[in-house]
Amino acid sequence: MAKEIIQVKDLKVHYPIRSGFWNRITDYVRAVDGVNITINEGETYGLIGESGSGKSTTGKAIVGVEPVTSGEIIYHDVDITKSKNRRKLNYNKDVQMIFQDSMSSLNPRKRIEDIIAEPIRNFENLTTDQERDRVQELLDIVGMPSDSIYKYPHEFSGGQRQRIGVARAVATNPRLIVADEPTSALDLSVQAQVLNFMKHIQQQYNIAYLFISHDLGVVKHMSENLAIMHRGRLVEIGSREDIYNHPMHIYTKRLLSAIPVVDVEHRAENKKHREEVEQEFQNDQSKWYDQEGRVFPLQQVSGKHWVALPKDELEREELKEEGRN
Amino acid sequence: MEKQSDLLLDIQHLHTAYRLNGKFYDAADDVNITLKRDEILSVVGESGCGKSTIAASIIGLYDHKNTKVTGDILYNELNLVGLNESLFDKIRGNKIGMIFQDPLASLNPLMRVGDQVAETLYYHTDMNEKERHERVIELFNQVGMPKPEETYSMYPFELSGGLRQRIVIAMAIACKPEVIIADEPTTALDVTIQAQILDLLEDIQKQSHSGIILITHDLGVVAETADEVAVMYAGQVVEKADVKTIFNNPLHPYTRSLLNSMPQSDDTDEDLHVIHGTVPSLVNMPREGDRFADRIPWIPASAHEKEPVMHEVEPGHWVRCTCWKTFHFDDSEASGE
Repeated sequence: MAKEIIQVKDLKVHYPIRSGFWNRITDYVRAVDGVNITINEGETYGLIGESGSGKSTTGKAIVGVEPVTSGEIIYHDVDITKSKNRRKLNYNKDVQMIFQDSMSSLNPRKRIEDIIAEPIRNFENLTTDQERDRVQELLDIVGMPSDSIYKYPHEFSGGQRQRIGVARAVATNPRLIVADEPTSALDLSVQAQVLNFMKHIQQQYNIAYLFISHDLGVVKHMSENLAIMHRGRLVEIGSREDIYNHPMHIYTKRLLSAIPVVDVEHRAENKKHREEVEQEFQNDQSKWYDQEGRVFPLQQVSGKHWVALPKDELEREELKEEGRN
Repeated sequence: MEKQSDLLLDIQHLHTAYRLNGKFYDAADDVNITLKRDEILSVVGESGCGKSTIAASIIGLYDHKNTKVTGDILYNELNLVGLNESLFDKIRGNKIGMIFQDPLASLNPLMRVGDQVAETLYYHTDMNEKERHERVIELFNQVGMPKPEETYSMYPFELSGGLRQRIVIAMAIACKPEVIIADEPTTALDVTIQAQILDLLEDIQKQSHSGIILITHDLGVVAETADEVAVMYAGQVVEKADVKTIFNNPLHPYTRSLLNSMPQSDDTDEDLHVIHGTVPSLVNMPREGDRFADRIPWIPASAHEKEPVMHEVEPGHWVRCTCWKTFHFDDSEASGE
């Protein structure tokens, strides 16, 4: 059994809504509402959801840039939602982040050398020469030419900038990298390049990724285990095999059926299937969501496969599955 | 030969050049495409390959000072290139509708969405105010807006991304155009919304028998919606065929490389295929020989044509250059094939 690196327990991030004369808190936006995730060492964990599902907020909470309302994030047996613990463990060195928009996540007024060296300067005491060697080494890892250290971010293409972002995230030898939609702004062939580099780095340094994306094709390629998020809660978690071949929750089925497939021959069938699933999703809201429209708590179906279903529904689904086999 | 009336747009030898530092550079170089009635033509390619340039040239939305358009864009025997503005105004939005990528940027934030759709009708039809209102409600129903009457008096910021895109589509089809140009209509949307919008476009096309030019970089979207496909690279169309041929029998090295770099396979230990090098910028674009040659350096120069032209390999399937005959993926990469 692989060793787990981070454990998210019942994480909640709520934002207050203020209104009325005194501007008092009248309600909360439940951006993340009870999320449980366990990420193992050196694995890629996929987190999928549509915009507004709370996937990025979860990622930010794990990195520690988003204040947590309640819940625990356990790293080395310590709850790191408290900043004191984060400092003690050097958590901010061990957990890094790759952002979606490479242009706005690199300082336009700094040279690449300074951008990549910044995390190193925060955590290590290196001489100028050592630091330069380290930056060169990092640029090598992501396949960038060595003269790039004197250039500025605007001189690079989108894919190159994203690779600089990867190099910066790897600079401190982290154990976990939260990648928030790292390739959604990139073209196909460039995306392939960035994903390949991310995989190579993972194998070389045994880094775990939390790969946040809305692109189910990319997540399928990258991760062994994944979670589907909707309305701030997890809808289904499981291995790649579980989710892609035996999806159980209607929301997962809906997401899967909506991905455009490169399969010209079965276009009509795909469309029909998609419409059927959409119909089911619209009609059976009450079956899959409780009165407040929230997702049910997760129930274990098999080994790693957990689905958000009410108890009796789960039994019925199981019978259906058995009947099929 | 198809009937003359079936041919909506006939683009011949289109060159669109932008002025950069005092010199003109062709962003679209000798583009020949046709759009028929009842057809979805998809233009695919990566960013910077000239897809949107074609759209801008057709609809005449470019900076006339710094852009030079030559060639012919024939719409019902009327040449849109160099057409004077007052005539163009009668066609733009009326006969040719356009759907833009970012719905928030293409809507006026200070105007009620219903009035924005009605504005198109105000300029192109002689309906009175009441008729316009009725038509807008009818359009909102057609594009599947929930509660059309209430939506009429809402502002763009009150609507979600998917609903905003529906407004933009309603605007584009308000005057029942024969040609609809959709420039990356679903790129900013979630997959489930994307599926809905694409289905909507297909329905509209079936109802109105119009022709749609769908510009996209997503091969999945192409496979699901298009009838005809034109693959572009560096300002040129490199392969043109019906959708089945493109996906089942792609010939041009660029088409094959693109398809190969999609994360599709179940074997995740394998690296994704990476196309060598980068897309050349407008200024540095090679003007002679095969423009894709730099990115497949293991193919000998003798395999390329000196002046690559489109060849009809089989009826309706056009491929640029002859290098596809000897093309193979680089063995050292072990990218399969």
